[in-house]
Amino acid sequence: MGRTLAEAIIASHTADPVEPGSICRVRVDFAFANDITAAPAIAEFSRMGAEAVFDPARCAIVPDHFTPNKDIASARQVQVARGFARKQGMLFWEVGRAGVEHAFLPEKGLILPGEVILGADSHTCTGGALGAFATGVGSTDLAAAWALGETWFRVPETIRVVMDGKASPWVTGKDLILSLIGRIGVEGARYAALQFEGPASDALPMDDRFTVANMAVEAGAKAGLFVPDRRTLEYAKRRAARPFEPLYPDPDATYSQTIRIDAASLEPVVALPHLPSNVKTAGECGRIDLDQVFIGSCTNGRLRDLELAAAVLRGRKVHERVRLVVIPATAEVFAEALKRGFIETFLEAGAAVSTASCGPCLGGHYGILAPGERCLSTSNRNFVGRMGHPESEVLLCGPLVAAASAVTGRVTDPREVLGLEELPKGVDEE
Amino acid sequence: MSDRFSGRAWVYGDNVDTDVIIPARYLSTSDPAELAPHCLEDLDPGFMKRMVQGDILVAGNNFGCGSSREHAPLAIKGAGVSCVIAASFARIFFRNALNIGLPILECPEAVSGIRSGQRIEVDLAEGRILNLDTGQAFSAKPFPPFLRELVARGGLVPTVKARLEEKRRSTH
Repeated sequence: MGRTLAEAIIASHTADPVEPGSICRVRVDFAFANDITAAPAIAEFSRMGAEAVFDPARCAIVPDHFTPNKDIASARQVQVARGFARKQGMLFWEVGRAGVEHAFLPEKGLILPGEVILGADSHTCTGGALGAFATGVGSTDLAAAWALGETWFRVPETIRVVMDGKASPWVTGKDLILSLIGRIGVEGARYAALQFEGPASDALPMDDRFTVANMAVEAGAKAGLFVPDRRTLEYAKRRAARPFEPLYPDPDATYSQTIRIDAASLEPVVALPHLPSNVKTAGECGRIDLDQVFIGSCTNGRLRDLELAAAVLRGRKVHERVRLVVIPATAEVFAEALKRGFIETFLEAGAAVSTASCGPCLGGHYGILAPGERCLSTSNRNFVGRMGHPESEVLLCGPLVAAASAVTGRVTDPREVLGLEELPKGVDEE
Repeated sequence: MSDRFSGRAWVYGDNVDTDVIIPARYLSTSDPAELAPHCLEDLDPGFMKRMVQGDILVAGNNFGCGSSREHAPLAIKGAGVSCVIAASFARIFFRNALNIGLPILECPEAVSGIRSGQRIEVDLAEGRILNLDTGQAFSAKPFPPFLRELVARGGLVPTVKARLEEKRRSTH
């Protein structure tokens, strides 16, 4: 029987029979934690009686959540992580040279097509953009993978998402994934793997694919995978830190469900509080005034996102009532955005720009909300209290809606602010 | 850890996420004793003030969705909750709970048959849930054999420990 992409990757990493629902012991190609999840993983690693990680070149800690260290307790957590990484000889990067893990690790060629990737962070599914089986786990599972070089998986059913048609240039990867979550709900893909394909999927730049795969977990999915194509392989080959072997679904694979999306029918959208599935088009939101706009995170802090935001903000000003916080997701993105003039545009528009970090996304620092405040954010979660006080609100959107709304001070369809001729054609690193 | 316990039910809805179970502002520690006072703070500020040791959390679908923070089941366990019964669990929370030894049961029928404040008795090994106030009994979905073994061995830490010892013996 044919295999889906998720099944093909798991099968290449296990000796156990692979079918949906079966439990397999699976070899892990790369396993990482962040500054919040590393400390408990290190404690469990030691309780397991483990001495050395299975392969220091395949184990990493990325300090990104509360960095640059926001307080003494966070500094202490990073200190523990750094000490462990040095002792083990594993991968670790200091703030300023690193970035938000799910943007940074693909850049470094550490997440590659056909691989099994385990991360102690729920947005590890971002790596699926490269055709990897990448999934988030807790600290204890991660510690076990560091010790053994393997983990266990229940083989997920695969839901195929076919993106037909051609999306309008105003529709970004974020609009695609929010529209999908709006349709299937926050548990529409619970325990399943999403497999993205079709003409509108193929047309997506890599940066937009990362955005789509990143939010697979917001539909409850275990992984969100793009079938590798020319674009995937060009990206991966240029950056690969080790040899890799891309894998593909069989033509006769069995899917638990096929969802078809007509990309041509999609519009720029916003997810209203307090679930990512609470989706409306930006145009039908009515008047929603904003206190803050955040552009960044593992969802939308990449070069393409900043390019789109800069196109909107060029020659315009952030509304006097609004704080705009822009955080490029990695040091490389920051440097490139600087070179291309995007950072200058943000500063001239009146934005606050910071070094790579998760920042306010999870209510860490760099833009926490007071009671009653409302933030429109390009990040991935709008749960109660996510970005600060439990009586604050977070709304989610892509970079075009975010930048346009920063200018008007209220939720805005980008077409209200920008002409089509001002829209950049697409960097996509080609 | 005993397999049978009873306590009062605290009933919540669908999609109780890990941000409300333990907000990120408290994640500069992973000590259950430090996390516990903030358990469910952003969902129900009265929970920690009024719950007593052994009480049972009952929730709808997709309990524990969101972040992979193991701090969420640690906070619940640290608070003294004896068991979480939900219609369904988000997958990372499900793994984390089993790994750290927080008892969980998946049982949609029990969730519809339990109201806040009712006294509940749970037999974990049998997956039986009894509403002592109404007399209604429910059976939770059994875990697959692999997971039952994992739980019986005391979670993931002893399992990995045994595997590592086995490996060391075979290489020496």
